[in-house]
Amino acid sequence: MRPPVTGIGADPLPAGALEVETVGMTMRFGSFTALDDVSIRIAPGSFHALLGENGAGKSTLVKCIMGFYHATAGQLLVARREAEIGDPRDARALGMGMVYQHFTLVPSLTVAENLVISRADAPVVIDWAQERAGLEAFMSAMPFRVPLDQPVARLAAGEKQKLEILKQLYLGSRFLILDEPTSVLTPDEADEVLGHVRGLCQAGEISVLMITHKFREVTAFADEVSVLRRGRLVGQGRVADLTHDQMAAMMIGEEKALRPMDRQGTRGAPVLELRGVRAVDRSGLKEISIDALTVHAGEIAGIAGISGNGQMELMEVLTGQRALRAGEVRVAGEAYGATRQEAQAHAVRYLPEEPLRNACAPRMSVIENIAFRSFDRNGKGPRFWLSAAEMRARGRDLIAAFKVKAADPEGPIAALSGGNVQRAVLARELTGAVRLLVISNPCFGLDFAAVADIRARIVAARNAGAAVLLMSEDLDEVLELSDRVLVMSEGRITYEVPAAEARVAEIGHHMGGHAA
Amino acid sequence: MEGDLGWWAVPLAVLGGAIRVSTPILFVSLGETLTERSGRINLGLEGTLVFGAMAGYATAVMTGNPWAGVLVAALAGAVFGLVHGLICSMAKVNDIAIGIAMMLLGTGLAFYFGKPFIQPAAPDLPSIPFGWWSDVPQVQAALNVNVLFLAGIAAALVLHWGLRATKPGLILRVVGDSTDAARAMGLRPAVIRTMATALGGAFAGVGGAYLSLFYPGSWNEGISSGQGLMAVALVIFARWQPLNCFWAALLFGGAGALGPALQSVGVTQGYYLFYAAPYVLTLGVLIATSSPNRALAGAPGELSITK
Repeated sequence: MRPPVTGIGADPLPAGALEVETVGMTMRFGSFTALDDVSIRIAPGSFHALLGENGAGKSTLVKCIMGFYHATAGQLLVARREAEIGDPRDARALGMGMVYQHFTLVPSLTVAENLVISRADAPVVIDWAQERAGLEAFMSAMPFRVPLDQPVARLAAGEKQKLEILKQLYLGSRFLILDEPTSVLTPDEADEVLGHVRGLCQAGEISVLMITHKFREVTAFADEVSVLRRGRLVGQGRVADLTHDQMAAMMIGEEKALRPMDRQGTRGAPVLELRGVRAVDRSGLKEISIDALTVHAGEIAGIAGISGNGQMELMEVLTGQRALRAGEVRVAGEAYGATRQEAQAHAVRYLPEEPLRNACAPRMSVIENIAFRSFDRNGKGPRFWLSAAEMRARGRDLIAAFKVKAADPEGPIAALSGGNVQRAVLARELTGAVRLLVISNPCFGLDFAAVADIRARIVAARNAGAAVLLMSEDLDEVLELSDRVLVMSEGRITYEVPAAEARVAEIGHHMGGHAA
Repeated sequence: MEGDLGWWAVPLAVLGGAIRVSTPILFVSLGETLTERSGRINLGLEGTLVFGAMAGYATAVMTGNPWAGVLVAALAGAVFGLVHGLICSMAKVNDIAIGIAMMLLGTGLAFYFGKPFIQPAAPDLPSIPFGWWSDVPQVQAALNVNVLFLAGIAAALVLHWGLRATKPGLILRVVGDSTDAARAMGLRPAVIRTMATALGGAFAGVGGAYLSLFYPGSWNEGISSGQGLMAVALVIFARWQPLNCFWAALLFGGAGALGPALQSVGVTQGYYLFYAAPYVLTLGVLIATSSPNRALAGAPGELSITK
């Protein structure tokens, strides 16, 4: 083990929140400048927001701070002392921690095991009775808790995100980088989590740098904001002095994002009907139970709910990934088992959550992935011999039409960023006639422009007469897109209201499962 | 008539067989559990088992000390594991392919170096006569428990505890389940996997020493008859749990003794079908305990077969 790095000078770092400053941070990858002379100061005990689109250099900046990358030029000051951070361990030794957008928890280990093993000073022989007592004490001081004995694999995305934040607090980080920490939380949960984080800032325990796309959170919780665009720092200031419009203008520059289109057309005939559907959930312990759910042509039915309340399983039922125990799913009046033939016949399309895992072959190329719906058809009927040229031409057209940023369309789709995978899958699913579109968390972890773009395309599909079933953990998204709002709680649809009459408080109440 | 137990001889023989036959399977599956929990598969343990049997036997013949044989077998196994681990640490190397190569290499080397040791007799490993209280020879034979069997039980218990309640155990599981998470913690997955594979190899080597130094108790080229491979499969059956490895090995050993036992009590028809009992049993239990709706519980996330 190397001794912890304490920067130049032998004095220990001051206790409490850390001051972190980048001075002229520059990062080049070959000829590409990902980060260009960025200087940001995060005052001790402040809550600093970092805004920027995908590819604006936010991740690069943060990775330079945490020691994943070594900046081409520039300095990092920690507590006003120059710090050489060789790798993430050095950063951790200084009390700097990061909550990643992708989860770094170990799926098969329980929550308690994950927490204990993440500690650098975990004892060789672990006294579980003592550790549990310590963890219980720690959890009871937190505003939210996660069941200690559950394997992380059984936790829903929202719970994992909470655990990631809890882990950093448990490790005693005094400077925390949060990468889109609330993407999977309900508004109440997000407010709760960020409120607590802000409380810790104000108490002088930690300083926070938060990457986010949500202006509401910036306004509500952050003290200061820095905006990156194409690797440059384009704006900085106190949040109190800035409006949402000013921040958005800094973020996207002159480019105009697509706004969700106006709604047209009227509700048509029922397309998707679920009757008495029963299925076991992922843990095999609980049941998903949908007595009746109907989605009509030309409407978006949005299912709101806290993650882990059966949305994932409902999606799997609809995509044929999970067997029904009872009940039936009908599409356009016919029994539907989600086979490829049935999906093709009824023009049913999907955008599941985590599309890279659920809707892609990660190591196959972008073009091949885009061709999954069409590779074996030649317009009229099935084909045996594939046409590589046709696939390539079609793939390139769709990549351009849906603005998928793929450096190499022939390269594996896994190399694309989350937003671009999402776009590529949408390109595949929204092409051709669509009668039923089933979507889950379409905008998880995407930036401002991507979100607007994808939502516009969903509304466009609805306007064209498709029935859309949207499941989302982002209540704002459900409210923005839906014609009809449903709430899912504990595996059941517990509430239904036309969007025009929807009230956030009432919906939140049902999401929490508190309403009678 | 003294010594004639009739049909009672069958369960007794199954019990004795379970204890006798299970030991090498137990060691190999414990070793493989360790390796697989770190995220690698070592199919080469069959070769390691055979080489361990040869190395242990040869050492025991030359030194006259069976324990020296066990030690050398363990070291040889560790070297095989180390080679597998190091090769697999290189980029774009498939652990299953290397495992098959190591299996062939191990058996080949064992046959080559083992030729001179087919004739001479080596001292046996000691066993403890837990059947002293009975005058029935079959009972005495069944309960004549080798020390290594007890060591295997102890090892299963220690591994069970260690994977749950020690830092090295948790680190092993972290590495086996998520390379990304391990890297984020500053661990070096390749090093840990290589060490786990080496330790797993040592276990398999000890299993081999048991074969040649106790049961069947001599060195010949057909000594393992695929037990090493079967033990690797048993790890999946045991859901990567050391204690389950113990029960699985017992079950497998007992089922294997069914055929010979039936034959010995005078069943002349169809007893050979029972020679297949262990395999049929394993298949049956695997089918009964699996479900299309649930993921294979307990499978380490980084295993190349479950990814």
